Parts: sequence; structure tokens; C-alpha cells
Amino acid sequence: MTTDPAPAPQRKKRNFALLSSRAGAAFLTPAGILVSVFVIFPFFWVIFVSFTNRTLIGRTALNPEFVGFANYLALFDPATFFQRGQFGFSLILTTQFVLASALIGQALLGLLLAWLIQTVPPTIKRITETFVIAAWILPEVVIGFAWFAFLDRDQGTLNMLLESVGLPPGDFLLDQPFWVIVVFNTWRGAAFSMMLFNSAFSSIPPSYFQAADVAGASSWQKFRDIGLPLIRGHIVTDLILITMWTFNTFTPFLLTNGGPSYRTELVSIYNYRVAFQDFQFGKGAAVGVIMMLINLAFALVYLSLGRKKAPKS
Amino acid sequence: MKLTIPAFVGRIAFSALAALLGAVFALPLLWFLFAPFNARAELGLAVPEPWTLQNFVTVFGNSYAVQALWNSFIQAIGGVILIGAAATLAAYALSRSSIPGKGAVTYILLLFSSVVSGSAAMVPIFLIISAAGLMDTHIAVILTFAGGLLPTAMFILRDFIDSIPKSYEESAMVAGASPVQAFFDVALPVIRPGIVVIVVWSFVNIWGSFLIPFILLRSDRNMPASVAIYSFYSEAGTPIVTLLAAYSLIYSLPVIALYLFVSWKFGFRFFGGIKA
Amino acid sequence: MASVEFRNVTKSFGLFTAVADVSFDIGDGEFVCLLGPSGCGKTTSLRMIAGLETPTSGEILIGGREVTHLHPKDRNIAMVFQDYALYPHMNLADNIAYPLKVRGEPVDKRHGRAKEVADVLKIGHLMDRLPSQISGGQQQRTSLARALVYPAQVYLFDEPLSNLDAKLRLEARGFLNHLQRDMGMTAVYVTHDQAEAMALATRIAVMDQGRIVQYASPIEIYRRPATTFVANFVGNPPMNLIEAEGTNRDGRLALKADGLTIADLPITDVIGKALSNSPKLTLGVRPEHLSIADTETGNRLTAPLFANENMGPESLVTVDRQGSRVTARIFTDDHLSLGETVTLGFSTEHIHLFDSMGNRIPAVGE
Repeated sequence: MTTDPAPAPQRKKRNFALLSSRAGAAFLTPAGILVSVFVIFPFFWVIFVSFTNRTLIGRTALNPEFVGFANYLALFDPATFFQRGQFGFSLILTTQFVLASALIGQALLGLLLAWLIQTVPPTIKRITETFVIAAWILPEVVIGFAWFAFLDRDQGTLNMLLESVGLPPGDFLLDQPFWVIVVFNTWRGAAFSMMLFNSAFSSIPPSYFQAADVAGASSWQKFRDIGLPLIRGHIVTDLILITMWTFNTFTPFLLTNGGPSYRTELVSIYNYRVAFQDFQFGKGAAVGVIMMLINLAFALVYLSLGRKKAPKS
Repeated sequence: MKLTIPAFVGRIAFSALAALLGAVFALPLLWFLFAPFNARAELGLAVPEPWTLQNFVTVFGNSYAVQALWNSFIQAIGGVILIGAAATLAAYALSRSSIPGKGAVTYILLLFSSVVSGSAAMVPIFLIISAAGLMDTHIAVILTFAGGLLPTAMFILRDFIDSIPKSYEESAMVAGASPVQAFFDVALPVIRPGIVVIVVWSFVNIWGSFLIPFILLRSDRNMPASVAIYSFYSEAGTPIVTLLAAYSLIYSLPVIALYLFVSWKFGFRFFGGIKA
Repeated sequence: MASVEFRNVTKSFGLFTAVADVSFDIGDGEFVCLLGPSGCGKTTSLRMIAGLETPTSGEILIGGREVTHLHPKDRNIAMVFQDYALYPHMNLADNIAYPLKVRGEPVDKRHGRAKEVADVLKIGHLMDRLPSQISGGQQQRTSLARALVYPAQVYLFDEPLSNLDAKLRLEARGFLNHLQRDMGMTAVYVTHDQAEAMALATRIAVMDQGRIVQYASPIEIYRRPATTFVANFVGNPPMNLIEAEGTNRDGRLALKADGLTIADLPITDVIGKALSNSPKLTLGVRPEHLSIADTETGNRLTAPLFANENMGPESLVTVDRQGSRVTARIFTDDHLSLGETVTLGFSTEHIHLFDSMGNRIPAVGE
């Protein structure tokens, strides 16, 4: 080994990288501009607008005035908070909707489907998967129209079926609008949970289940003792994601328009009505801010859970 | 392997349950299998007598319907090109460059993209487009979707690029390739499947979207098919069911075709991608 | 072909120092193996020669030219990667010819040259295939062909055989040996397989924790390992190392350890110096230098039999000294039963002594 004297002072030169910092910055620029203008800027601007009385038309459309917390106070006015068509009613409705259709409906149904299709013959698996996924991938207006036809009072497939087994038909969109959108959203979104759980189950080495088979475990025991504990992380991920999506969904609007008489007016639909039908942008912005705060809470929880990949199932 | 009798019964029960659930999921869609091919279709479930393509002919004769499909196409393709190009460059930089703070950038992007949903940010998006003088233009929809879908697209693609060994580009450079040559000769072809994935994902998202074009577009001239279908069945009066059924099916075809393409090309499970 | 030189090269990744103040040189036409366990800095060193890592401090020279901060493309080197890095979208012809393409060679010329090299490597008939359509051994040869297709100053190999199965690996090793001697290329070869290093290298640099522990010819490293680390790393099975307490008994070394008897080892100046620092010594004997002793004389080690593994031409006889085991390669067919007391003999010339720091104590004449 040679032992040279101390090396000459280092010239400061750039370290090798597959893509230099300067090129990297250039590569990031187009996406950076688009995301800044259409995602990050709106986040801050909606906060600003929520403190003004901006409207779509009229004098305050061009010269909105600063109104402080007036929009928020109007949203949380205790006198009207819980009335139909008011913010509080909408918020509670949305909470019930998320609980029933996402956390219970989609997650449980998705889990059941994922477990079932692990064990059933390939033909049944493929057919079931096809319809569950079709419900999820078809465009939302097509789904809206399909359900519109399905639930039709006089001719719809559902009432036809009910009558054929001797049950009374009903005008469900009018009588049970909330449960209609709950079932609708469960049906629409179960595919995601099914696919996520399916991929989670497939990632468990088959030998785990074979070892349980050898030990004499029943299907239920295998599910409870091996399947479920090993996909706990996926379940948490799934619950957070479907909660966020269901909280923000606008799709039920296509089926019920938020009605009848505000009975299916989720916060997203409430926001739309306030801003684009009542033309109160300031108030609509305030609703947007509250929605984003709720989203932020969920997103922080989600990102802190390992801070790793979003599932690509 | 020989099955015991309880195990056999169990499997039958499982299969029956799975088939039943499949049927429940199929029910609301059944009507769509028949109505488009029935010249006298109504909202009721009826087997066409006879089967006909007359409804499709009618749809293609309706200039408004054809225009709306074309608008959907322009908006989806425009968005896809923008997202594909910008996301590829950005994801490559996030995966391969020495730029400091990459992790923080990714984190902030993910955070904002999940916080700023279309339904929460409809007011500021409307105001930005309005201020930019882009109201009621294709470009308004294209830009809004590009911005909104980019964070997720970048994130999916960055993960994909991270999973590709750096030795591809390294070996090219050792062999004498410049960074630009290594990117175009080696990296780009290798990450092409990932680009296809985000392109398909963006296309399906924009094609199927309703709220953003519903807010940002005013005239029939620019309306995409989603808004057209909604106005067909929601507006007062009886919808022209025959036309609408056929039209909805045509409008769904690209999504179905892309889904089949992706599951054929990349295996079934990919489409679980984040579909916000 | 060119020489390579490291001058006080250090590479740190944050708090972790991968290569610590390493200096060594590789002569023109030499085949140097960087040998060591994973994380010892051997791959980082190789990647610094390639330009894929930049040293934190120090200089690297290729052919006398300082290249420390030069981009890989400007170094005129060739490299074979552990995962082969064959471009999945190019057929073999385009893969092998890629270095010529970036050098601006016309298509027919570069494909002609690629075919020549491929024929030598017996993959000439596969030129239209994609990498995914050929076997692992063929992929390995393709990556080799891509490195050989153009005249480079230095050829770098990053564990190129580690993804092959044992039989193919032997075959490829023999081919590489022949090729290097035939071409006289300067090669740097990273491996954690000591047999590969012994078979291929003109010199081996044994690395541990970012430093070069010994840099010498294979035979020197085998015969005179500089430290217990090297002794333990080279040879299969590795050298037996027995910790013992040394004392001076009338000018002869006495080693106190279970079952060990040293018959007659004069205390030289160097041994005396080591003993004065610490009586803790390590005795090393290679398994092939142990034999079953039938007399109770000479250097010997007595312990109960732990295992007797028949390998065909030889047997590996292992005795158990309360947890520390000693293995002998025995070329005779003795029937031994478990627990039976075995005496293993060895001659004085095969004794390696290491001081309490693990450094070799030179024997007489070293």
C-alpha cells in the first residue's frame, strides 16, 4: 500500500448523480407550476375568499368586502345549525353517510368479497369480480343513470323483483333517499376495498394457510387467526382512504340532486348549492375550508402511518 | 386432494354466497345489457324484441351527442398528454436526481393532493379559471385536471421508477452515454409501462368526471358527454331512454376497453390504483 | 489498458464511512480482486473507479490521469453489473452494440463488431432475442459482451457471477480467467467469494470496514494472512483459530488452551515482543494441515469428535473444544464414532501465530 502525504486541497466539484440537481429542478418545473396553480394556490385562496362576501354576480362579484368570520358564524349559527338545508344538518348527514356506506358497507363487503373469492372456483371468482369492478370503473353519470332506471317507481328492475317475490314496491328515491345513497355508495365503492384486501390476502404466503389446514383449522379460524391479523395494516389504510373519498364524493348528486328537500345533501353537494346555485362564494369557500381541514386531519393520519406508499393494490 | 363432506358443503356455500353477491352487483347494470339494443326501451327490464342497433344509429345522427363525445375526447387527451409528460419528468427527477428535499416535496404533494379535493376546492378553482379568462373552454378543464391528478400520477410513477434498478442508466453512462442519451435510450423505454399506467388512469378519471366540467363549462359547444348525459336524464320531461341507453354504453366503451387492456397487459390487480 | 491508483480515498454516506482513507494502486494489465464481506466498501470503491460515486476526499487516477470528478462517460471504462443491466427493450445485438452506438458508430459496423464478440462468447446465434428470452448464463455473457465490445482502459466487474448457479459459475470463472490472461486487460473485480478471488486475481485486496487489510497475491494471502480476519476469510473451510495464553518456558513457547500441545516452538524476537504486550495469542492452523495423529508426540490437539462429513476425496473431521470447533481435512478413511476422542497433529511450519490485536506474528524467515 502506498502512503502518500496529505492530499492537495480538494477542489469543490459536484458529486456524480444520475440526474444533476439543476436538471432535476428543470424536470420538476412543469409539474410544479401546474400543481402550484391548481392545487396549492386554491388551498390558500379558498381561505382568503372565505373571509369575504364574494358572490358570483352583482356588486360584490368584482369588489368583495372583507367580512371577517361572518361566513363561519353563519354556517355555525346555533339557531339554524341543525335545520334541513343548513350546514350542521349536512355535516351530520355526511358523517352518517361515511359511517354507513364506507366504514361499514364498503369495508365489510370488500373484506367478505376478498375472502370469498380466495376460495371459490375461478369461474365464479371471475364473474363476481367483473361485476363488482364494473360498478367501480364505469363513469359516474352512467352509474347514476343506471340506478335512476333501476329504482324507477313504475318500471324499475328493483320493484319488478320485489313484486315477483310478493313484496310491496316502493318509490325509494322519494321515501328512503338516505338509505338509497348509502346502498348506492356501498355498491359503487366496494371494489376498491375488495381489491386492496384481495392483494393483501394474496401477499400472505400460502404455506401459512396450509400449515393451518394441517393443524385442522376451519375457514373461519383461518380468517380470524391468520388472514385478519396479517392484513391489519391494509385495513387501516383502506378505512382512511375510503373515508376520505366518501366524505368528498359528489356522485350521489347524480342520483338525487341532494333532495328530496335536502335529505341527501352531503357537504360536497351543500357546498355546490351554496356556491353555484345560491351564488354565495364567500360562504361556499368557508364550507370548502372546513372540508379541507377535515381532509387534512385524515391525510395527516394516513401519511403518518408509515409515511410510505399509497396502496396501488 | 380429497375433500371431506363438511369441507365440500362449505365450498358450495362459499360459491353460492359469492355468486349471490355477484348477482347483487350485476342487478343495477342488467338493464344496460338490454336497453341499448331495444328500439322501444323504457326504464323497465325487457329483453329486446328484436335486437337492433337502431339506437346507436340515432345517437350518431345527433350532432349534439357526437359533439359531446368529441369534447370528452379532447379534454381527456389534452389532460393525459400534459399529465403524462409532466409526471414523467417530475417523477424521474424525484427518483433519480440529487436535488435536495425530494422527500419533503413528495410529502407536501401527497398531503395537498388529498386535502384539495374537487368538491372542497370548487370555489377557488372556479375563481382561478374565471380570473384567467378561461371560463367555458377545453383548456380550463384540461389544466384543472392536470393540476389535480398530477400529484398522484407523479407518486405512482416515482414508485415505479424507484423499483427499476439504477444500473440501467449507470451501465449506459459507463458505456459512454451522456445523461440525455441515458434518459432517452434506456430510462424512458424501461419506464414506459409505468407511463402507460398513469396515462390510462388519468384518461379514465378525466373521461368519467362530472363535477369539474359541470362547474367550468357553460355552453353545449364544450360540454363533455358526462354532463350531456346528466342533463338528458335530469332535466324535466321524460328522458329519451333509447337514445340515452345507447349513448351511455358508447360513452362507457373507452373505459371498459382500457380496463380490459390494462388487466390483460399488467395483470388484474393494477386497476386498484388510487381513483379519487 | 491503464493503471488505476487510489490516493487517500474516503467515501462517507452521512455518518457512515464506506471507504476510509484507502490508498493502493493497480498495475497495467493486473487483475485485482476486491474481496470482503458485504458492507466492507468493496463495491463503493469499484463504483468510484467507474465514476458512479464521487469520493468525499482523496483522488483517483486512471492511466496517470486524475479522474476523481470526471463523468463516467468520459473515463473510457467498461463495467459488468451484478444484475447485468441488460436493456429489456433491446435485442441482444442492440444491447451489445449500445456502447458503440453512443460512440457514433454506424449501424452495420457496430452490429458486425457485436456479432464478433458474441460469437466468442457463444451467444452469436441469439442476437435477435430479447434479454428476457435467454437463460441466466446467456444473460451474464451478454453483459460481458457489452463490456468487451469496445476497447476500454479498465474493466470493472461487480460480483458478475453471483447470480449464476454453482456449476455455471465455475465455468464462467474459468472463462474470465482465460480471457484476462489472453487480453492482458486491467481488471478490477469485486466479490465476496474467496474462491473466485483466489482463482482469478493476480492480486487480492482484502477489505474490512472500509479499509484494505491486506493487498497481496493470492498465494501470499493464503500462506501468510496478515490478520485473523484475512485468515478466517480465505480458505474453505477457513483457518482454525485457537485462542491461547502464551508463556515463555525456557525459550520455548508454551500455549495454554484446552487439549492443545505445542512440542517445540522457539521464541523469536517478534514472538517475545508480542508476549510482552499481552500473553493472549491466537494459533492458526489450516484444516488441510491437520491430520489424525496416532502417537502422543509433536504438536497436537485432542478433543472429542463432533462430526465427520465425507466429501468424497476427503473427510471433514470436526472436533468440539467446549463450543469452539476445529475442523480438519482428512484424506484417509478412518472410521470415527461420535464422542470418541480424536488427536489432530500438525507440523510446526504450518503454525500461524497472531498477537492479541489479531495481527500476524511473522514466522522465522518471513
